[in-house]
Amino acid sequence: MSFFLHLLVNGLSLGFLYALSALGFVMIYKSSSVLNFAHGELMAAGAFLFLVLTTWAELPIPLAFILTLSGCFLLGFVIERLFLRPLIGEDLIQVIMLTVGMAAMFKGLLLFIFGGDIHQYPSFLPEAMNLHLGIIQIPSVYVATFIIGILFLVMFGFFFKYSSQGIYMRSVADNQPAAMSLGVHVRRVFALSWAIAAMVAAMSGIVLGIINGINVHELSSIGLKVFPVVILGGLDSIGGAILAGVIIGLLETFTGGYISTSLREIIPYVVLVVILMVKPYGLFGLKEIERV
Amino acid sequence: MRKLHYHLCGNYKESYEEELAIFETDFGRTWMLIGIFVLLVVIPLTGSSYTLYILNTIGIYSIAAIGLNLLIGFTGQISMGHGAFFGVGAYAAAVMTTRMGVPLLIALPMAGVFTAVVGMLFGIPSLRLKHLYLTIATLAGQFIIEYILVQWEGVTGGAEGIAVSNASIFGIELDSDHAFFFLIFISLIVLTWVMVNLIRTRFGRALVAIRDNDRAAEGMGIPIFKYKLLAFGISSFYAGFAGALFAFYMMTITPEPFNMWLSIEFIAMIIIGGLGSVSGAIFGTIFIVSLSEILSMITEFLMNYGSASDLSITIAPLREFIFGLSIVLFIIFEPKGLAEIWRIVRSNFRLWPFSY
Amino acid sequence: MTTEQKLLINNISVVYSDVIQVLKGVSLSIADKQIVTLVGSNGAGKTTTLKAISGLLKPENGKVTEGSIEFKGKSIQNLPPEAITRQGIIQVLEGRQEFKYLTVEENLRVGTATRFGKPYHKDLERVYELFPALARRKKTLSGFCSGGELQMMVIGRAIMAHPDLLLLDEPSLGLAPLLVREIFRIIRRVNVEQQTTILVVEQNTNMALQIAHYGYVMENGKIVLEGNAEDLKENPDVKEFYLGTAGTQGIKSYHNLKSYKRRKRWL
Repeated sequence: MSFFLHLLVNGLSLGFLYALSALGFVMIYKSSSVLNFAHGELMAAGAFLFLVLTTWAELPIPLAFILTLSGCFLLGFVIERLFLRPLIGEDLIQVIMLTVGMAAMFKGLLLFIFGGDIHQYPSFLPEAMNLHLGIIQIPSVYVATFIIGILFLVMFGFFFKYSSQGIYMRSVADNQPAAMSLGVHVRRVFALSWAIAAMVAAMSGIVLGIINGINVHELSSIGLKVFPVVILGGLDSIGGAILAGVIIGLLETFTGGYISTSLREIIPYVVLVVILMVKPYGLFGLKEIERV
Repeated sequence: MRKLHYHLCGNYKESYEEELAIFETDFGRTWMLIGIFVLLVVIPLTGSSYTLYILNTIGIYSIAAIGLNLLIGFTGQISMGHGAFFGVGAYAAAVMTTRMGVPLLIALPMAGVFTAVVGMLFGIPSLRLKHLYLTIATLAGQFIIEYILVQWEGVTGGAEGIAVSNASIFGIELDSDHAFFFLIFISLIVLTWVMVNLIRTRFGRALVAIRDNDRAAEGMGIPIFKYKLLAFGISSFYAGFAGALFAFYMMTITPEPFNMWLSIEFIAMIIIGGLGSVSGAIFGTIFIVSLSEILSMITEFLMNYGSASDLSITIAPLREFIFGLSIVLFIIFEPKGLAEIWRIVRSNFRLWPFSY
Repeated sequence: MTTEQKLLINNISVVYSDVIQVLKGVSLSIADKQIVTLVGSNGAGKTTTLKAISGLLKPENGKVTEGSIEFKGKSIQNLPPEAITRQGIIQVLEGRQEFKYLTVEENLRVGTATRFGKPYHKDLERVYELFPALARRKKTLSGFCSGGELQMMVIGRAIMAHPDLLLLDEPSLGLAPLLVREIFRIIRRVNVEQQTTILVVEQNTNMALQIAHYGYVMENGKIVLEGNAEDLKENPDVKEFYLGTAGTQGIKSYHNLKSYKRRKRWL
């Protein structure tokens, strides 16, 4: 029984990590319909920037955190300006390939600078945040992840559904020329969405780094885990990403715990294909409206 | 005999037959025949073993890239599972020859057919999935196949892989790069010829219609699911065939090379070459293979250079960086690929000195 | 014309991809608070003229190579669209470019992009009052709306932006005759009540000339005829080629040289 509870808690927190990583991804997709293969690398970039600021520059944690987030916000801006903007109007596959190239670049660069070892942050989360639920104990990082996850879900949900800026962003993804004709600043929308996405990615990178240690390979492979999560949830649904993240997290830990650890890596994809056959746009994705 | 035509300076086509012809002029046909002669006679006589190794690699990957181009460039279904399909072909060939003693000439097409079946299986989601959802479903296929290749030890030999017995055709041992050169390039020429002709048939036009608007294509009476599935099948056949050649050429195979990165490299090849262009797929393969070969030469050079072997370990990741950077730059500056550059250069020559 | 000029286009040429010349020296002027119509056959360059004004040529690789476009005395040619829309020029694109995954109300709210941060509820009410059909469909995804509702929605969306100059590209495309009349009635109303200057491109010459004050006829990238809407309606050539009300008997043939030559002289 306690093994079951242990797996349940692990699965839930893993799921929230996935969901948090997926948020930035959905952000980019919702405003520019771009599938970002460099998401794991963006997460790694944020995690390492935080590492540099905390351990080498020895800045106080809150300051380092704020600096990291704003640095990554800028990074997102620069990425959009340098790489994505020339491709506005090109085919989907070219843009996908571009993000793949970007992923290789960032990964190579980070490996060059930091090597393939696992780094650690100094511990800073208060012990008081550890939760004790009967026999099991939930570490403070997971609690923090949970809170951040819920906070962002609500924030982004409201932002896209009700705020004018959110509606403009969705309109750009929907029909670019029409958005342009109404005076929506398309390039600014793209830049903003990349900046915010990079910032959110940095945040999830830091959380992952706290839990598992910071390693380039690890983080970039988590970036790939985002795909089954967002597709299962429906590419443009934030709530879907959270739910799918939890589902996949639970699936992984339970398969790993009860069946076999090797099957653990593959089970999300199997479930994904099965669910897609029943629901082709994921659990909550918008159905494509096609008119000829 | 007809008079030989040189390049035309405009669009003088008067019938659909002319529109569909592979070579606009006899001039082009002559050049191609000269090219094939150089390829099959001059190069094997003069090239070193290393040159032939590079060329053989290019030849093998070209076959797979041409197949993938049918699926992505012509049908518009993005597959991220072709690296795994390539692996399926390699394993099918290896298992057939080592366990069942099937001769090479039969094993090659059989491996292709087997891969085609697997490819069609993973193409079934295209019945309902579109765009990115399908892309990720094929990515799922990639991971699932990789898992099977590693875990199904009884057949695939697990992580240790299979050693393929010596390849031979009619008792002639294929034991050198030169011998394989002929096998690979004759296959490439035949398969290219088949593909070029396939896409100018009714079937090929139907695929293009599906790419451009599948709802409208369905309205025109094209059975889209059947055609999408066929496209998956044919392109997987090419991947499997290439994979089988790879298995014979490499002598031993392990699951390791057939990972997602290989799938991505295939896509990079056809994008850099130019989507929807058969010759583009070959150009793209040449570019990617040469690039990674040059990059590993540089890394190796640095590794041997002086005592700075520590430096070389830190420099190794830069290889990935430069690889990524060149893909990014290529897509930014010429999103239509090498085929487009070639077309511009050619029309500059023939329209010279008046650019339009 | 006595009123001041809002928009002045002086002898512009537009070239796509550096090779295809579409406009060959077009000049037109739009007086303040008037409805001006631009008619002509397909491929005459009407839509290109609109896009040259609103800056939407850029994404299509087109450019104004010669001449000048002045809006309220300021030159605006080749500015990016977001700069032009902020000066109050809003174009309604041809063929109802809706945002199909947004509800009707959200679609309308996109229209506030040029006035970001200002209250918009009054404007919403006004649009619903102009188009009561939209109020009933508020919460529907616009991808599921009918063609007529969509046309109303895209016009309403443009009105949300409080345009100074509204560019309408074929508002009657694919609509039933009754609905066309309804749409044109509303266009007129917007012009009268909000004092909006409107440039409307139309195939339905008859309808367009009925509501317009002034008209231009375009052929082959050039303006071939202009005049007050009433005069144009009475012009024998316009009657024959665009209105089809010349009163001649049956279908004309090219043996009828006189008519052919008259047409030819415009092309």
